[in-house]
Amino acid sequence: MSKEDFYEEMSRAVVNLDEDKALEYADKAIKENLSLLEVVEKGYAAGIRKVGELWEEGEFFLPELMRGAQIMQNCLDLLIPHLQSGSEKISRGTLVIATIEGDIHSIGKTIVGTMLRAYGYEVYDLGADVPAEKIIDIAIEKDADIIGVSALLTTTMIGQKKIVDLLKERKLVDKFKVIFGGAPVTDTWVKKCDADGFAENAIDAVKLVKSLMNK
Amino acid sequence: MPIIRPKIKILDEEHKRLILEEAKSILEVQGVFIENQEAIEIFNEHGIKHKDLRFFLPPDLIDKCLETVPNEITLYDRDGNDHISLKEDNVYFDPGSAAIFILDENTGEIRDALSKDCIRFSKIVEQLKYIEAQSTSLIYQDVPKQAQDWHRLYIGLSNCYKPVVTGTFRKESFPIMNEILLACRNSEEDLARRPLAIFDACPSPPLMWSDLTTQSLIDSAKYMIPSEFVSMPLAGANAPITLIGSITQHCAECLAGVVIAQLTKRGAPLIWGGSPAVFDMKQGTTPMGAIETMMINIGDVEMGKFLKMPTHAYMSLSDSKIPDNQAGFEAGMGALLAGLAGINMISGPGMLDFESTQSIEKLIIDNEIVGMVKRLIRGIEDYGTPFASEILNEYSKKEELLSHPSTLKYFRKELFLPSQIIDRMTRDSWKNSGSKSARKRAKEEASKLLSRSPIKPINETLLRELDKIVKLYLK
Repeated sequence: MSKEDFYEEMSRAVVNLDEDKALEYADKAIKENLSLLEVVEKGYAAGIRKVGELWEEGEFFLPELMRGAQIMQNCLDLLIPHLQSGSEKISRGTLVIATIEGDIHSIGKTIVGTMLRAYGYEVYDLGADVPAEKIIDIAIEKDADIIGVSALLTTTMIGQKKIVDLLKERKLVDKFKVIFGGAPVTDTWVKKCDADGFAENAIDAVKLVKSLMNK
Repeated sequence: MPIIRPKIKILDEEHKRLILEEAKSILEVQGVFIENQEAIEIFNEHGIKHKDLRFFLPPDLIDKCLETVPNEITLYDRDGNDHISLKEDNVYFDPGSAAIFILDENTGEIRDALSKDCIRFSKIVEQLKYIEAQSTSLIYQDVPKQAQDWHRLYIGLSNCYKPVVTGTFRKESFPIMNEILLACRNSEEDLARRPLAIFDACPSPPLMWSDLTTQSLIDSAKYMIPSEFVSMPLAGANAPITLIGSITQHCAECLAGVVIAQLTKRGAPLIWGGSPAVFDMKQGTTPMGAIETMMINIGDVEMGKFLKMPTHAYMSLSDSKIPDNQAGFEAGMGALLAGLAGINMISGPGMLDFESTQSIEKLIIDNEIVGMVKRLIRGIEDYGTPFASEILNEYSKKEELLSHPSTLKYFRKELFLPSQIIDRMTRDSWKNSGSKSARKRAKEEASKLLSRSPIKPINETLLRELDKIVKLYLK
């Protein structure tokens, strides 16, 4: 099998949601000393991109999107320790995400976290009902690029603004980009809070993060 | 298998028996008016008493005729494949038949239908997942009057492989339509064995079988082509205002049809159906979206099931003139009740304005309604215990169940996955995609569906053969 065919097989395993095969190929790639960066980019990442496309086209639904992302993540977990440090860097960026204090709705944020990990981002998911101060402290500790804050309730959305306000207070505005998620969030709200963007769904969140990382 | 099949019932056994007895007695005492010569000869051969054209059917003859009616009818598609089985509580939908107007989705105008509309309509029915049968949906004005019935069958079968509900407007048309159907089969026996079309037979209430409709019933019976009774008593106008009275009259009219067909040929396939309505006492119209119309339909169907016959009804229609809220809720209620009643063939998706208008937009919206109804009647399934505890144990690992194996395994089965016709977007996504109404989305879907290739295109040889028949009779 040519290298290209092998990458194609890896991609197909992700699209077919066949975790056993996907892991088996990752293992084989390690044993055969392939360029693992290429394996990730041309094999698995191509697969998860296809899964995202299928979801956007309406062929795939959230369970399939999530499963695809988890398979991707498990393959990355296997591959990452074997990447040569220094010359090969996999992480595209680091995010700290959480559902804001007072809000226990976590499913949307969990989906976004899973998708971002699958796309190669380092994600620290702090869970739900997390105080703004704690989110910022951990973002500093993890040297994050982006802070993602989710809120489902109009009553808790105000906590999203608090993040930006606190960053301003602590003169950390330039250090992090802040993005929002959740049903009540609108473009107007994002602008009002001086945040950097919001996404309607997990795939859009990946696109948003990608564009912010390139800025 | 569901734990139980969700159902609705509005008659008890005692009342079904009473209705049947009275319907038989109506036919014995008041009789049925028959004006078709061939039927009169058949009745005379059997020594049925009559006074002029009113024939008095003895109850034992009715019972004997009921004995030979098949309990089920399997319909085959144009290409001869097994398609749907009209039996028990199986539920299938077809668009209503013979509307004279089309609500043009491109102009918003309600106008006379043209053959190109019928072609477009058939192509869309071909693509719609939950509408299993087609109908000769529109009467169009750009063919000669004498071809207006049979030509639709040609258009339908050329553009859609699904079995078809049709009917004649002239006695002379049956042989032409039979020829069209035979072109899709190897022989008359083959067509009888694998029926492709249902012929609507519409008695004229009260208690009359017209010349044309009787002939259609007799001709179909001879060839063992299924006939569907479409009796239309109008409660309070030409039928009793009481719903039970209307149901009883409908029963008598259909029983007369059973006798005509079975005396023509024992074992002739029949469907117990109708398009009854209440009479709107203000407008003088026949509302298909009235809840009482739907109740009469369910009662009629329960009588058909009582007699172990395949069933039909005109439901999931609306009297609104456009696909608006009224169209949505009337079609929704009708389709839902019809599904719960377990009606085998439900005619109505697409129809507006008392069966007079077809709307492609409504048809596409109704397809989603039907999808949901079909989900409902699949009921709740028991996959074995524990129902939830094992799954919940896994929650803590990932804090979500979206990727749980059981979700992946069952979500497509447990959930009806609607198309974009049903709006479940967030407000922002909806706004960003143009703030469209369901009607607007349906209009866009129509052009998408029309641009697709047919799922099962007609084979060239068959098309040529159908063209030849059309050419011959259009002369």
